[in-house]
Amino acid sequence: MEFIQNNLTYILSGISVGGQYALIAIGYTMVYGILRLINFAHGDVFMIAGLMMVYLSTWVPLYISIPLVIILTVLLGFLIERVAYKPLRSAPRMSIMISAIGVSYLLQNCALYFTGGLAKIYPQLPWLSNTVTIWGATTKIVTLVTPIITIVLVVLLVLLIKYTKVGMAMRAVSRDFETSQLMGIKINTVISVTFVIGSFLAAGGSLLYFTNYASVTPTSGAMPGLKCFVAAVFGGIGSIPGAVIGAFIIGICENIIKGLGWTTFSDAFTFALLIIILLVKPTGLFGEKSTDKV
Amino acid sequence: MKKLLALLLALCMVFALCACGTTTPTEPQEPSEPASGNPVVKIGIFEPASGDNGAGGKQETLGVQYANSVCPTVEIAGTTYDVELVAVDNESSNDKAPSAASTLVNAGVSIVLGSYGSSVAIAGGPTFEAAGIPVMGITCTNPQVTEGNGYYFRICFLDPFQGTVLANYAYNELGVTKAYCLSKLGDDYSGGLVKYFVEAFEGLGGECVEETFPDGNSDFTSYVANAKNADCGVFYSPVSIEAAQLIIDQVVAQGATFPLLAGDTWDSNVILQAAKGKDVSITVTTFYPEGANPEFDAGCKEWINADPKNLANNNGDDTISAVTAMGYDAYFVALEAMKAAGSIEPADVMAALWNVQYDGVSGHIAFDSVNGDAIRNTAFVKQANTADGTWTALPEVTIG
Repeated sequence: MEFIQNNLTYILSGISVGGQYALIAIGYTMVYGILRLINFAHGDVFMIAGLMMVYLSTWVPLYISIPLVIILTVLLGFLIERVAYKPLRSAPRMSIMISAIGVSYLLQNCALYFTGGLAKIYPQLPWLSNTVTIWGATTKIVTLVTPIITIVLVVLLVLLIKYTKVGMAMRAVSRDFETSQLMGIKINTVISVTFVIGSFLAAGGSLLYFTNYASVTPTSGAMPGLKCFVAAVFGGIGSIPGAVIGAFIIGICENIIKGLGWTTFSDAFTFALLIIILLVKPTGLFGEKSTDKV
Repeated sequence: MKKLLALLLALCMVFALCACGTTTPTEPQEPSEPASGNPVVKIGIFEPASGDNGAGGKQETLGVQYANSVCPTVEIAGTTYDVELVAVDNESSNDKAPSAASTLVNAGVSIVLGSYGSSVAIAGGPTFEAAGIPVMGITCTNPQVTEGNGYYFRICFLDPFQGTVLANYAYNELGVTKAYCLSKLGDDYSGGLVKYFVEAFEGLGGECVEETFPDGNSDFTSYVANAKNADCGVFYSPVSIEAAQLIIDQVVAQGATFPLLAGDTWDSNVILQAAKGKDVSITVTTFYPEGANPEFDAGCKEWINADPKNLANNNGDDTISAVTAMGYDAYFVALEAMKAAGSIEPADVMAALWNVQYDGVSGHIAFDSVNGDAIRNTAFVKQANTADGTWTALPEVTIG
């Protein structure tokens, strides 16, 4: 019993970080599935969502600012795709990748300009920020809620992709870009929907993440972004269940490593894991050719 | 059409580059006092305005700017000079520091003040040494800042002293025998302070658990849990303010009861705001307690409140940080050095600095003849009052 009491904190924290990573990792994996593009700006969209919450919550109440943040983040993701990626659709794949890196740095530097480089304290969300004690481990409610929200969102997403018309279109586009165009699928719409869903989940992830770690800086998105990318590759990039499971594994392992006292190596571990997985299973855990790459 | 677009884009880029070239080296000075016709002497401010130490760097810069507003001219060898401050942002980053330092060298400054954060001071030091420009560290406490660099001076106490004071406080005042020490991986400031703390604490008969966290980490859950599981009586984490906010938050979230202990970095209103209304005990050592010099406090508060930009740089309220007081003193020590040198040539200022003595708001300032470190043996101790968000002064500590 005492063993559980002492170590529950690590597991809880790992599951919750894993859930937050999962929401961001889905954005990477979906865009990759459809466009074969690694959207490097995704981590920064997550950070901008955090900053918007900081600023909006100072002048409108939370029940307006939370939906507003989600809408604005979705809009931002949509705009990035239209402005920086769409014109490059027929360009070599490398150009669009470089464009993504450009957007990432643009967002970081804009954030640096607006915040003046200082960390902003994230507002306390009522109820979510409260602390609870379970079996002797004290933690924030958001830690417990995160995995539930994540799983609900993922199930909804899978249903959307399996059973709706747009979901079917997404699956078709991910299989074969040109043929689906010939079949009358408006690929621009499908791609936009992908970015909208990705940004929506990133906004949700940012609400949960920053409630737990309540400080936003212009580089806040960099490390989580990188780790979520690793999670997406780990699970097999292009596969949604893969990204979710990869994210949970990374989140939990990271915290266990810290709990074992090897704090210095917690980040090194994440990236070493990536290398090992790629060596042993180059397509990742679920990255089989037969899976739906959405 | 496409060509036209390409041309337009190229022009935009050229324009942007031009804009960069002209705006980077100047920042804080108001465009300003009517041209008095006096010759100008330039003082460089080598401080972070962004990154991990942005908040502290801005507060330290405020002290220098306030001093400049109090005393905008200096008389050197019979000539009155206008003092111009040239500020650069070293972005709290070891790899940006040398280029920021070069910007100051190119601007033709006579002396440089800063930097907040020992790592960047160590990284930027050689650039100033090569250019032969003296630098005066304001609050960089790591011994390596001045060791082996004859051009680096400093006006604050050093980490071996500060670490010992904190270790004694933990062992004797708090009465704990096991301490948890957290530093940032690769950060000279927190790494150094932890090292000296551990030496002193174990020398007293205590036991330490040492851990480090990597750059960009924002999840301190496991660190706090480790400290709890190891039954540590005190959580010693002399890390940057950014990390401090998250640590405080996490300690409260996990309901940990041990007190937090830190060095001069945590003496900031950012910490007070993060801890306000929470059940947590924070004790820091520092250079200057607010209230020690009411005249300076009042003047500085008035100056900060007069300009919304200053208020924003001081994190939105008018609490006087120790680093602001130290910045204020540093400016006057620099003026004293130039007066004593009778010249604005960096080499002359450098030669004069060794013998400069000055009574500042933070105490008497003089340099030793070995490394150009300040001769100081007193540290102030403060505790955060979480009910109303202010610092409570505890008895100061003098060693040796």
